[in-house]
Amino acid sequence: MLTTIQDRGRWGYQAEGVPVAGPMDPCAHRLANALVGNGWDAATLEITFIGPELEFEDERIVAVVGGEFDITVDGRLVPANAPFVAAAGSRLRVGQRRRGARAYLAVRGGLDVPLVLGSRATHLVSAMGGLNGGPLRAGDRVPLGPPDRARRTAAALADPWPLPDRTARVRVLPGPQVEAFTADALDTLQSAPYVIGQNSDRMGFRLEGPRLQHSRGADIISDATPLGVLQVPASGQPILLMADRQTAGGYPKLATVISADIPVAGQLAPGDAMAFTVCTRLEAMAALIAQERTLMAIEAAQS
Amino acid sequence: MSDSFRVVPAGDSAVIVEFDARIDAGVNAQVIALAEALQAALLDGVRDVVPTYRSVAIYFDPLRTDSDALGALVERETARLRPAPAAARAPVTIPVCYGGEFGPDLPDVAAFARMKEADVIRIHSARAYRVFMLGFVPGFAYMGAVDDAIAMPRHPTPRVRVPAGSVGIAGVQTGVYPAETPGGWRLIGRTPVRPFDPERAEPFLLKAGDTVEFYPVAREDYNRLRGGGA
Repeated sequence: MLTTIQDRGRWGYQAEGVPVAGPMDPCAHRLANALVGNGWDAATLEITFIGPELEFEDERIVAVVGGEFDITVDGRLVPANAPFVAAAGSRLRVGQRRRGARAYLAVRGGLDVPLVLGSRATHLVSAMGGLNGGPLRAGDRVPLGPPDRARRTAAALADPWPLPDRTARVRVLPGPQVEAFTADALDTLQSAPYVIGQNSDRMGFRLEGPRLQHSRGADIISDATPLGVLQVPASGQPILLMADRQTAGGYPKLATVISADIPVAGQLAPGDAMAFTVCTRLEAMAALIAQERTLMAIEAAQS
Repeated sequence: MSDSFRVVPAGDSAVIVEFDARIDAGVNAQVIALAEALQAALLDGVRDVVPTYRSVAIYFDPLRTDSDALGALVERETARLRPAPAAARAPVTIPVCYGGEFGPDLPDVAAFARMKEADVIRIHSARAYRVFMLGFVPGFAYMGAVDDAIAMPRHPTPRVRVPAGSVGIAGVQTGVYPAETPGGWRLIGRTPVRPFDPERAEPFLLKAGDTVEFYPVAREDYNRLRGGGA
């Protein structure tokens, strides 16, 4: 069980070594906010594998989007992907996950923890942001912000947010250091799915699958590590860098997951598998634009 | 101006401008000058500009960024780079209490260098270091170059806990741990100065391109400086 406070991430300080953090499934985070009438930058709870029990001190509109979890208010099931009212004194419980790995719980008004370097996102390793830099613990009190009266809540999602199968198809673009690998490395990457190892977390997924071969050693001069990049240490087993990744690293990077498929990766758990496909920049942009259109249509339907 | 650079994509939301693949003050000066120029340009959609040893990463929102304009900006700014721009900031001096419980690896470094501990301290604090980049954790500065004589490689197995303020060596690199983290560098001392403090008006003590000088202090001075909130 891991529940952290996340917003869009701590951008602008990577030059000082500050990791971005932010939601593993940014689309679900954004939609949860839309459903309760928050801006996209409001902080939500990212709930991993099993959820917390929350008591509301005052009445609030709440929504849970992303992975499928059992959600109850005072013991009664409430639907995911739709706004609902949690009365003052009510207890909201997010149970075991059924599908996907992470759900985002948004509360109208947002979670009002202090901004650290412009963001409320929790970065666990550097103990920054969120509630005192750490995950939520029993007994914590999370301050809520004032609702934005100008914004309305949105209707329930027409379709459940798509979740990946246990083997997810994920598209990548080659680079930034494709030449640090043998010529067949991209073929090897696509030859069979990679299983997400147990030692995987918000920083990255340790993948187990066909061994990728370096062409000239597994060390490079440390450089930037973008979200979704596949870095490959000497073992030849790639590590997919996710939200809490460090700002830089010294392993060669074969390929990068396209932005549109980051939410898919964010819904995977250890034991799930990833089947990588190399695509073109045009396909990556088309997928991202299609995804953005879907999100904007839902946000525009705020009722 | 730069004679050799290339722009490589890193997914659909970042490009990396690479200069010569070596750890070198001149190359790094070009990197930092380019990063500053790109930051100053305030191109719409750019989220972060990150200089490292020999490259600049530009992170952008692909739905808001004109990739042709970004490419043209990179070309223009790289072409007009001048080597070794004048140092904008004064050297940063960092007091270090070397050895003892603060520098548990100082005896090993002395053995590696076949010299006395006092000589390791003298050599480490004798020269000015360049901050090549920040990374690893907030405020951690990769500095160099350490004198080859004391450039002991990092521990094969990192420590689980390195105290905040620890000053370490990893080959020709030296640095200060801003927070308690795991770490494999050879610890030779500790500073009361905090490289990162989110409550401070200037949260980060160092930035890429800075010059740093370490100077030895006694334990009493360490305690006084620490108590004084330095």
